[in-house]
Amino acid sequence: MIALEKRPQPARGWVIGAPLLAVVLTMIAGGIMFAALGKDPVGAIRIIFWDPLFSEQFSGYSRPQLLVKAGPLILIAIGLSLGFRAGIWNIGAEGQYIVGAICGAAFGLAFWPSTHPLIFPGMVLAGLLGGVLWAMIPALLRVYARTNEILVSLLLVYVAEAMLASAATGWLRNPDGAGFPGSRNLARHAGTDNPELIAGTGMHWGVLAAFVAVIAAYVIMTRHVLGYQIRLAGQAPRAARFGGVNAGRLVILCMGVSGALAGMAGLFEVSGPAGRISIDFNVGYGFTAIIVAFLGRLNPIGILLAGLLLALTFIGGELAQLMLGIPAPAIQAFQGMLLFFLLALDVLANYRVKLKRRVAA
Amino acid sequence: MIVDPVTLMVALITVATPVLLAAIGELVVEKAGVLNLGVEGMMIMGAVCGFVVAHHSGSAALGFAAGMAGGAALAMLFAILTQLLMANQVASGLALTLFGLGLAALIGVGYGGLPLPTVYRPFPEALRDIPVAGPIVFSHSVLVYVALMLVAAVWVVLTRTRIGLVLRAVGENHDAAHALGYKVVRIRIAAILFGGACAGLGGAFLSVVRVQNWLEGMTAGAGWIALALVVFASWKPWRVLLGAWLFGGIAALQLRLQAAEVGVPVALLDASPYLITIIVLVIISSDRSRAALSAPAMLGRIFHTSG
Amino acid sequence: MTALLEISGLSKAYPGVVANDDVSFSIQPGEVHALLGENGAGKSTLVKMIYGLVKPDHGTMRLKGAPYAPAEPRAARAAGVAMVFQHFSLFEALSVAENIALGMEDPPKPRDLAARIRDVSHAYGLPLDPFRLVGDLSAGERQRVEIIRCLLQDPKLLIMDEPTSVLTPQEVEILFQTLRKLAAEGTAILYISHKLEEIRTLCDAATILRLGRKVGECTPRAVSAAHMAEMMVGKSLAQPARDTHTPGAVLLAVKGLSLPATTPFGTSLQDISFLVHAGEVLGIGGVAGNGQDELLAALSGEINAVPETITLNGLPIGALGPNARREKGVLCAPEERLGHAAAPEMTLTENAVLTARIRRGLDQSGFVDWARARRFAQEIITRFDVRTPGTEVAARALSGGNLQKFVIGREILQDPTVLVVNQPTWGVDASAAAAIRQALLDLAQGGAAVIVISQDLDELLEISDRFCALNEGRLSPARDARALSMEEIGLMLGGAHDMAEVVA
Repeated sequence: MIALEKRPQPARGWVIGAPLLAVVLTMIAGGIMFAALGKDPVGAIRIIFWDPLFSEQFSGYSRPQLLVKAGPLILIAIGLSLGFRAGIWNIGAEGQYIVGAICGAAFGLAFWPSTHPLIFPGMVLAGLLGGVLWAMIPALLRVYARTNEILVSLLLVYVAEAMLASAATGWLRNPDGAGFPGSRNLARHAGTDNPELIAGTGMHWGVLAAFVAVIAAYVIMTRHVLGYQIRLAGQAPRAARFGGVNAGRLVILCMGVSGALAGMAGLFEVSGPAGRISIDFNVGYGFTAIIVAFLGRLNPIGILLAGLLLALTFIGGELAQLMLGIPAPAIQAFQGMLLFFLLALDVLANYRVKLKRRVAA
Repeated sequence: MIVDPVTLMVALITVATPVLLAAIGELVVEKAGVLNLGVEGMMIMGAVCGFVVAHHSGSAALGFAAGMAGGAALAMLFAILTQLLMANQVASGLALTLFGLGLAALIGVGYGGLPLPTVYRPFPEALRDIPVAGPIVFSHSVLVYVALMLVAAVWVVLTRTRIGLVLRAVGENHDAAHALGYKVVRIRIAAILFGGACAGLGGAFLSVVRVQNWLEGMTAGAGWIALALVVFASWKPWRVLLGAWLFGGIAALQLRLQAAEVGVPVALLDASPYLITIIVLVIISSDRSRAALSAPAMLGRIFHTSG
Repeated sequence: MTALLEISGLSKAYPGVVANDDVSFSIQPGEVHALLGENGAGKSTLVKMIYGLVKPDHGTMRLKGAPYAPAEPRAARAAGVAMVFQHFSLFEALSVAENIALGMEDPPKPRDLAARIRDVSHAYGLPLDPFRLVGDLSAGERQRVEIIRCLLQDPKLLIMDEPTSVLTPQEVEILFQTLRKLAAEGTAILYISHKLEEIRTLCDAATILRLGRKVGECTPRAVSAAHMAEMMVGKSLAQPARDTHTPGAVLLAVKGLSLPATTPFGTSLQDISFLVHAGEVLGIGGVAGNGQDELLAALSGEINAVPETITLNGLPIGALGPNARREKGVLCAPEERLGHAAAPEMTLTENAVLTARIRRGLDQSGFVDWARARRFAQEIITRFDVRTPGTEVAARALSGGNLQKFVIGREILQDPTVLVVNQPTWGVDASAAAAIRQALLDLAQGGAAVIVISQDLDELLEISDRFCALNEGRLSPARDARALSMEEIGLMLGGAHDMAEVVA
């Protein structure tokens, strides 16, 4: 009989080891899945994890994409991780991302075709505020009406999607676009564009913001009283109140920060890689960021690495679709599987596995 | 009149049934003290499994069974993670939803638009033709009546039987239940599987009966609405029914208003079921005494015994 | 006559601790048998093995001469063994009848069960309404639910784990009558306690455990309490030393403090008033669940009150939060060590920061000075003899007594003006308890005001200057602790506040 015995404290080795082992197990299980689809499993795994970075044929295009895709994932996941650590479950980052993008784009389009140097900073600010606004709805409802923030933030994603549809087909539609849905292209217009800062790297303002967020989150979580209070509130809410932590203020702060980062990520995306507001410019970064946050152990450095890994699966997934005809949803299932294995392996960090002989009854 | 009340009532019941099935299953899970946020994932798995099997077998009943199996299979993953490996329930539920959406989309590649068998309707033509009552009461497919019976059955089991008492006890205080010798983990796993089967059945109803097609992401938040309904209902079966009809009414009404092209923005109509769910949640949650009293005390907590 | 239960050579080890080592004894039918020992002596593990909750590593048991090895509590109950837990295994949101039905193998129909509950509870002098929610019952009434649940099974052996810790002296008397009646009917009772006088009053035989081993047995009525204490503890303990002194100025004054209950089954505080002087220990007694947690939360600032209802040196502090009160010198140590006074998963250094950040200057412009925090944690460990491998150990890895020393030490080393502690020695071994009491007395000696909330009357009478009782959220007037008899205390605890004045 196998028994689990709680460790006095989490095993350090497994805290780092579990995500690595989870990646390996996901590759194996994913290989089985690809084999079941009638594809060459080893080839598929190589195309997803190796070719985007090292194949001569593809890496020229794929390598910069790594930062392009990792930027928003990391930026959103950093915001989410603060809340998750405090036991505040904002799972509607996708909605905050969309609203941030709409607000930021609307700001830029309001001054069209001006190329004033303050327009882009204004768009970033508008995107940030849009994300904060959308995140404040579940935050305030949790604090003042004690409504479950998981459900509210998630349901608001669908509301944001309805808003996006109306923006793309209505009030933000390109007046010169012959009636096709979608806004003007922000990325091809000086003044509203979020350009590649260093040619050939994929580095844009959003990626830079993600790196800054990683460093800031690291300092806050390890050194600042706020980080201490966040951890305290998540681990022992009653002790946190005893320690003078104002739970309501923490909810508003954590939700606000994660909304701000998600909103900014949305704006950077819509003014750069995506280029414009369209019905489906969002590709689920807000949800994938949840996986990034957990895979990175809610630790800023871990999130940085996890963001790069998940970005790789996006790029590799596209490549696999192109080369092997592996359907696009396979990658989503693959990412979900990764989170499963990680959660399952967590048990090793917190519990010691013991084999016991069954005592004769 | 822009909206005919009789067809609206018929549509309401049809629209409400998938969320009703998922919510009544989740209610049982939560009564056992487990919070499974993976309802959306289990529903979509049910939807795709139900569709695929119904299409190939030509039998809607087999499709429903497959939907239940699909939902329960995903629920089993959740049960292993949270009950045997003691993983965080919120994170595991989210993983279930993300994984379920991906896997269902993968399974369903190429199935969109394929034909389906017709679904058995239990009442004869003559009854269905009765004005007003005919369409509203007797015109539905068999699963609608099954869902209603399920609500009644869950109510009876929870309040009148020993199994229900033990289930509630496990959800109220797992340590005490363990001390009395009840198998907390086994009871919870059973409840989780039941919840998964219900969610899967709800999904299968959605694809096989209501939409009669497979579309990627077709649950569109129904699983989350089901979770909200359980809170709305203060964990009481009959109020889940009430909540499901309320939601169904709004969803059916907004579709008709869109069709009628009334002067309300489409985006607002699209968003209205979600917005109204949020508003109702707020009203219920801010009632201090009731919300705190009716939630199972162990909801979402990890049970681990040493020894 | 064959023994009802015969235990031979029972052993059980957990990683790092041997809970029971080769324990043997036997219980006769109709005997009230005491299992005596300090916290951590292995009493609970032993009875859990008898009740089938824990499986022994070695050793055998025989019930009525036949081999007995219950795989689970169900099997134990079927064999006629019933148990009343120290921490009740009850379900607050369920009714009395539902709770009782859950403890029975084959419960009768709800209506018949309700009738039987009424009958049995009246027959044994423990009246209960089967349809009330358990959450609405007092601790004493909850214990009745547990006892009735056992009695309906018609047990041969009834195990009672520290049953009197939640009862007023009067309720204890009622319980003892019930137990004597049961024993007279032939039921054997295994009575677990560390209270010597109770055992001398009630029990026919006693087995004494220390550090998991059986260290002796005796007939309680035939030996002195001091003799049993020596066997239980293994050494004689120093009584806390205190000098007589005259109290100083009023430091903390509470006047007309009322607060609504914050949880569905919580207690509301009603019109609470008291004063604490410099150099004084004020003892607040009361049975669990009468508003102790709420009172501590109101004093710590976790719940806000009307500003003027709580004053420190005449200045209103009722509306200040926990940290603002700490700044002014009002410090607290709550009852629940893990999860309230300390964060279980955090290290001792991190837990030192929990309350001492402001007064010990453990942060600078918002950044935690971890080196300094570590030194402070080390200081607590050294000064209060906390047994731990180091400062970077998670709080939950410490034993109850050591963590409690850490928590109390953390507050005392911040040099409080007023210190409020709730259940300072609950679940703590005797030597640690003595050290904690001495530390509290020393603090008062140094001029601080100390408020001790406790359910342990012996402890309160030992260290308090004045005593008052909390009952259903009301506080009796404070009386000189040295002039009180047990009977007067019982009346105060039972809520007969007017009586207390009449007696005075």
